[in-house]
Amino acid sequence: MTTAQVAERELTFSQAVNEAIRQEMRRDPTVIILGEDIAGAAGRAHLGLIDAWGGPLRATRGLITEFGPERVLDTPVSEMGFVGAAVGAAMTGLRPIVEIMFVDLIGCCYDQLLNQAAKMHYMMGGQIQMPLVIRIPYGTRGGRLSYGGGAAAQHSQTLYAVLAHIPGLKVVVPSTAYNAKGLTIAAIRENGPVVVMEHKFLGTAAKGHVPEEPYTLPIGRAEVVRRGQDVTLCGIGRMTHLCLDAADRLAANDIRAEVVDVLTLAPLDEATILESVAKTRRLVVVDEDTPTASVARDIAARMADQAFDWLDAPIKTVTAPDTPVPFAAVLEAEYTPQIEHVLKTVSALFG
Amino acid sequence: MLTCDPQSTLTREQLLWLYDRMTLIRAFEERLKWLVETGVPAGPVHLYVGEEAVAVGVCAAMEPTDWIASTHRGHGHCIAKGVDVRRMMAELFGKATGTNRGKGGSMHITDVRVGMLGVNPIVGMGVTHAVGAALSAKVRHSSQVAAAFFGDGAANAGAVHEAMNLAAIWRLPVIFVCENNGYADATPVEYAVAGKAIADRAAAYGMPGAQADGQDVLAVRAAADLVIRRARAGQGPSLLECKTYRYYGHHQGDNPLRYRLPEEEHVARSRDCITMFRDQVLRERWLTAADLDAIDDRNQTLLDEAVRYAEASPLPSPAELYSNVYVEEHA
Repeated sequence: MTTAQVAERELTFSQAVNEAIRQEMRRDPTVIILGEDIAGAAGRAHLGLIDAWGGPLRATRGLITEFGPERVLDTPVSEMGFVGAAVGAAMTGLRPIVEIMFVDLIGCCYDQLLNQAAKMHYMMGGQIQMPLVIRIPYGTRGGRLSYGGGAAAQHSQTLYAVLAHIPGLKVVVPSTAYNAKGLTIAAIRENGPVVVMEHKFLGTAAKGHVPEEPYTLPIGRAEVVRRGQDVTLCGIGRMTHLCLDAADRLAANDIRAEVVDVLTLAPLDEATILESVAKTRRLVVVDEDTPTASVARDIAARMADQAFDWLDAPIKTVTAPDTPVPFAAVLEAEYTPQIEHVLKTVSALFG
Repeated sequence: MLTCDPQSTLTREQLLWLYDRMTLIRAFEERLKWLVETGVPAGPVHLYVGEEAVAVGVCAAMEPTDWIASTHRGHGHCIAKGVDVRRMMAELFGKATGTNRGKGGSMHITDVRVGMLGVNPIVGMGVTHAVGAALSAKVRHSSQVAAAFFGDGAANAGAVHEAMNLAAIWRLPVIFVCENNGYADATPVEYAVAGKAIADRAAAYGMPGAQADGQDVLAVRAAADLVIRRARAGQGPSLLECKTYRYYGHHQGDNPLRYRLPEEEHVARSRDCITMFRDQVLRERWLTAADLDAIDDRNQTLLDEAVRYAEASPLPSPAELYSNVYVEEHA
């Protein structure tokens, strides 16, 4: 294959996640994956029925045909049970990847994340490791449907703040196919628990170049994805794309925005954000989560503390409001941060 | 339902071990009670006195490489599985030499080197971890078995039922050991548990369920031996309900006479597991009084040593606060 052909290889976000898991399962026989309908039609291979769903978002399609039902385990609707089983397996020699169908369901297994996976290495004095990956789809559709609505209050949330808040848990939020693969492989190779938040909308919408060979990206590192001098836009997950679109529009008005993709919420890469803010002297954090006790306000507070002397304007956040996610598309669009909100907020800083 | 033969022959060494472990647990807990009452700040402790035959009977049927997951009332499970009482005592004193380097305390004592996957005070959670360990054994094609200890309180927790269902559909090498001591904190079992017996709930998951006399260590051992053999042979999980009694309150300082009558305690204590076992082995002439007295003396000495070790051990350095938040190594 020529270099040109390699460079053209494009995958969607979900395909990149699938490839990351597949390559790590080939590399290490202790990697297993479990979750609801990650294959589908469980136990019906004798009827010629297999891999009916390949995951609710199709990210795990084909894994069962390559690795079999012993390492690709469809689970009953038992989040507390199967996340707990993954915790126990991680303590005793396996490297489980567990999928929670949507982040809205973490209430059904929160103790396993909050009190078990996150704290065991610490409270047991370092004697156990917890090589556990928890993949969790999140987010709204942003009101993009032409009529009707989205998945409403219990299937559209973001909620990563309630995971990032827990000491011991690392939380990453990839934004592209490229960093989804690199961060997923890095998460699988970590010996501690890592939550990988995957935006539902990005699964098929984010498409880009992904090298075929396995690679890792550093967990705990933000990335400057667009250079600029005048304002720093901090994006998380799908909001990074909103920031990039906003930066294009702002450039037309001679405002050169720098865009930082946060990528890891915990532990937060303060240094990269601080370096950018020290240069641009203005910060807008764009976060799809609700604002009270949020990652956006945490970043704002940290920068207010450390960058105060450099700032030319108050730090601003663009977030969802403190409401549940509504159903009707028109309301969901109102709920979800839109490019107009970002543009208006940035413009006000230059008033 | 299971049938088992409690009269199955044990060697002299096995009988000595049963007595040794039961009395070591009793001595540890009584010593700890005294230490707390005289001002040692050991944190909240949940004493296992009265229930020793369950942990010891089950662990007697396990291999050193097998796993157990425990409850908030976990000191007995630790000692039965072979955790060093010196390091346990040091942990309770919050010392750097403790099992968890002083970062866990009574409710998190763990020693994975002897297959003890953790005391766990979030009721029911340890059961899910034992199922995960059994899944690990199955995927890795190892012959290890896991035992999940839980109480009558946890028998009503959703996590336990999810775990049982998973173990049954995946035919995992795990046994569920319910220590029914009659009380979840101050709530009596006859109020909180629907149905006639917790063991009957096994039928819902298509696995064997049986009750054992939790005051009779030989009966517990025989029943555990049977279900562990099944699990190791790939025949899947079982549920063993052991009827037992905790002599003291839910936690040290709790007065159980606010929710139960002295007559009930008196009847329960008349079937003390250690006394019954001692009487039986002497009556049957399996062991001599000298054998047993020597064990009692040795265990008291061991506890004197454990307390001295804990007292003399260093406190954790303040920097320990920040270590082990994340696992530093990577694959």
